[in-house]
Amino acid sequence: MLMELAYVALLLVVLIILAEPMGRYIANVFSGNRTLLSPLLRPMERGLYRICNVDELGEMSWKSYATALLIFNALGLIAVYGLQEVQLLLPLNPQAQGPVRWDTALNTAVSFMTNTNWQSYSGEQTMSYLTQMLGLTVQNFLSAAIGIAVAMAVIRCFIRKNTATIGNFWVDLTRSVLYLLLPLAIIWALIFASQGVVQTLGPYVNAQTLDGGVQTIAVGPTASQDSIKVLGTNGGGFFNANSAHPYESPTPLTDFLQVLGMLLIAASLPFALGHIINNPKQGRAIFAAMLVLYLMGLSLALWSETRGNPFLEKMGIAGGVNMEGKETRFGVVPSVLFAQSTTVTSDGAVDSMHDSMMPLTGLVFLFNMAIGEVIFGGVGVGLIGMLFYAIMTMFLAGLMIGRTPEIFGKKLEPFEMIMAVIGMLGPAVMVLILAGVAIILPTGLSSLNNAGPHGLSEILYAFASACGNNGSAFAGLNANTVFYNLATALGMIVGRFATILPALAIAGSLAQKRIVPTSVATLPIASPLFVIMLAGTVIIVGALTFFPVFVLGPILEQLLMQAGRTF
Amino acid sequence: MNKITDDLKTAMLLFIAFSLLTGLIYPLLMTGIIQIAMPEPASGSLIVVNGSVVGSELIGQNFTSPGYFHGRPSAVNYAGNGSGASNFGPTSKKLMELVSQRISEVRAENNLSSNAAVPSELVLTSASGLDPHISVEGAMLQVPRVAVARGIPESEAKVLVYQHIEPAQFGIMGQERVNVLNLNLALDELNRGGH
Repeated sequence: MLMELAYVALLLVVLIILAEPMGRYIANVFSGNRTLLSPLLRPMERGLYRICNVDELGEMSWKSYATALLIFNALGLIAVYGLQEVQLLLPLNPQAQGPVRWDTALNTAVSFMTNTNWQSYSGEQTMSYLTQMLGLTVQNFLSAAIGIAVAMAVIRCFIRKNTATIGNFWVDLTRSVLYLLLPLAIIWALIFASQGVVQTLGPYVNAQTLDGGVQTIAVGPTASQDSIKVLGTNGGGFFNANSAHPYESPTPLTDFLQVLGMLLIAASLPFALGHIINNPKQGRAIFAAMLVLYLMGLSLALWSETRGNPFLEKMGIAGGVNMEGKETRFGVVPSVLFAQSTTVTSDGAVDSMHDSMMPLTGLVFLFNMAIGEVIFGGVGVGLIGMLFYAIMTMFLAGLMIGRTPEIFGKKLEPFEMIMAVIGMLGPAVMVLILAGVAIILPTGLSSLNNAGPHGLSEILYAFASACGNNGSAFAGLNANTVFYNLATALGMIVGRFATILPALAIAGSLAQKRIVPTSVATLPIASPLFVIMLAGTVIIVGALTFFPVFVLGPILEQLLMQAGRTF
Repeated sequence: MNKITDDLKTAMLLFIAFSLLTGLIYPLLMTGIIQIAMPEPASGSLIVVNGSVVGSELIGQNFTSPGYFHGRPSAVNYAGNGSGASNFGPTSKKLMELVSQRISEVRAENNLSSNAAVPSELVLTSASGLDPHISVEGAMLQVPRVAVARGIPESEAKVLVYQHIEPAQFGIMGQERVNVLNLNLALDELNRGGH
C-alpha cells in the first residue's frame, strides 16, 4: 500500500513541477511572445496564415469568434461523417471496413467534434486506418485546440478594457495546435512506441497460438492517436478496450504518462491565467481549489475500491480484491488513479472498466462528470467551467457583504451571472432530462447490462459522460442503438456549446468593461478563504442537482451490497 | 454577408491544412520514424517460432491444456481483433455465479482444498480481454499441475516462473507480474531441449 501511495504522490509531484512552467509557456504563446519553439514554428505559423487568408492582427467580436468556431466545427462534423461512409472506397483500409451505420457515424462525428470521444463503435472492428487518422485524429487535435482557444479568449478579456473584441479565433486555434498539442503529441507518441504501442499501416496479424488455436491480432497507427487522445483530453481509443488494451498502454510507464498527459495542459491553464492577468497568485488559487477537489474524490475512490468486494471475499478470493475489469500490469490503485483523472478531466480514456468498479468508486466518477468536469477539466473548457463556479462564488460572497461582486478586476453584472448559470447548469439539467427519458422508454432500458440500482447508474453515467463531453462509459450499456446514438449526440452538443457560447458571451461583455482597482471590500482570490468557498460551491451545486438520483443509483447499491443483495 | 463567405473560405482552407498536417503528415511521419527506429514494438511485439508468428508478447492468448500455465478468463475469449470486458457490476448475480464456477474449476484443476484462497485475477476477467499477465501467486499455484503434465520436476517449473517475474517498473509503477505466453514458450523450450 505504501508503494502505491508513493506512486500517487509521484504523479502529483511531477504534475505540479511541470504545470507551472507549462502555464508560463502557454501564456507566452497566446500573448504572441517569443518562445523556445518560435524559431521553428513561427515561419510555419505565418505560412499557414498566408495560405489560409488569415489576418493575424484582425480582431473579432465575441459573436464573430463564435460564428467562426461554429463554421469550423460544422466542417469537422461533415468530414468525419463522410469519411466513415466512404472508407471502403479509400486507401489505408487493409481490413476492408465497410460504411458505418448512419446513427453510429453521426454519433461518432458529433462525439469527436465536441471533444467527447464517446464511442458506441468498436475501433478495431469498425474504422479504417484512414478514418482513424484523417477523421478522428484530426478532430482530437482540433477539438482540443478549440477548447484552449476559447479559454484564452476569456482570460484575455480580464486584461482588456473598453473594447468590443476578444481576439482572433483562427490565430488562437493555430497556436494551440502548433505550439502546444503537436510538439507534446510527438514526444508522447515516441515514448509510447518505445514501450510497445503499435504504429503500423500493415494488416491485422494471424498467429498460430501455442495451445493449438488461431488468433487474429488487430494492429494499426495507434501511437500517434494514443498520445493526442490523452494530451487533448479526448479519450477516444484506437481499440475497443481503449487504454486497457495492451497495444494502447503496454506498461505501467505508459499508464503513468497517460494520466500525466490528460492532466498536464488542463492543470497548466490556471497558471497561464495567473501569468496573463499578471497575478500568478490568483492562478495558483484556482489550481489549489482544483487540487483540493481532486484529492477529495481520489481519497474516497481509493478507499472504496481497495476495500474489495464482500461477495468475492466470501467465495474465497484473497481480500476480495476486485480485479474484474482491471489489468494485471496496472493493479487496483493505478486503475483508480487513472479513472479519477479521466473523469475529472473530460478525457474519458479508460485503463479499467468503470462499470465493474465498486458502487461508491463509481459514484465519485459520476460526480466528477456531473459537476461539469471543472476539476482541471477538459483542456480549456475545464478552466472555463471553473470560472463559471468562481463567478458564482464571487456572487455569493458579494451577497454576504452587500456589494457588487467582481472577479479579476471586472465587475460582475446580471449578464455575466445569467451566462455563468447557463454554462453551469445547462449540461447538468440535460443529464437529468435525457436520463429520465431513457428510464421511461423501453428502448432505453433494453440496453442495460446490469440489473438493480447499478442499471440506473449505467444510464446516468452515459448521459453524465455525454453532457460533460467526457466519453468514458459504464460500458455494459449497449449504446450502439438508434436511441442512445441520437440521445447521447444531443447531450454532447448541448454539453459542449452550453459551455463554450456563454463563455464567449462573458468574454465579450468583460472586454467592454473597465478594470476596477481592488479595494479592501473585495474578497481576495489568492486566499485560502476563496479556495475553500470555490471548492464548496462546486460541491454544493453538484450535490443539490444530483443527490436524489445518486441515492437511487450508487448509494442504494452500496447499501444493498452491504446487506448481501445481488441482482 | 461578405464576412460569412470570408469566414467560410478561411475555415475551409484551415480545415484542409490542419487535416493534412495532423491527419496525414503527423501520423505518417510518426509511422516512418517509429518503424525505422523500433521496428519490433511498432509492428506489435510479435513472437516468431520456426518462421511462423505464434502471437504477441503483449497480447494474451487462450491456454487450456494442463501442461501450460493458464492466463485470466477473458470476456471475449482472447479475440485479438475484438477486445472487450464483461462490464458486470459489483452486485451482479451473473458475475458471482461465473466466479464461483471458475473458483471451483481452478481448485479442481490444481488439486487445491475446497477452501483454498484463489488469486483474484485468475477468476475475474480483465478490462481488455487480452491481459497477457497473471500475478506471481497465480503462476505458483499452477506449478504442480504443469510439472506433472510435463513430466518435469516442480523445482524446475518454479525456477522458470521466478525467471519470468516482471518487477514493478522503476520499482514503483504497476505491480509484479508474470507474462503467461513468455512463460509457456520457455516451458516448450525446456521440453525441446530435454529430448
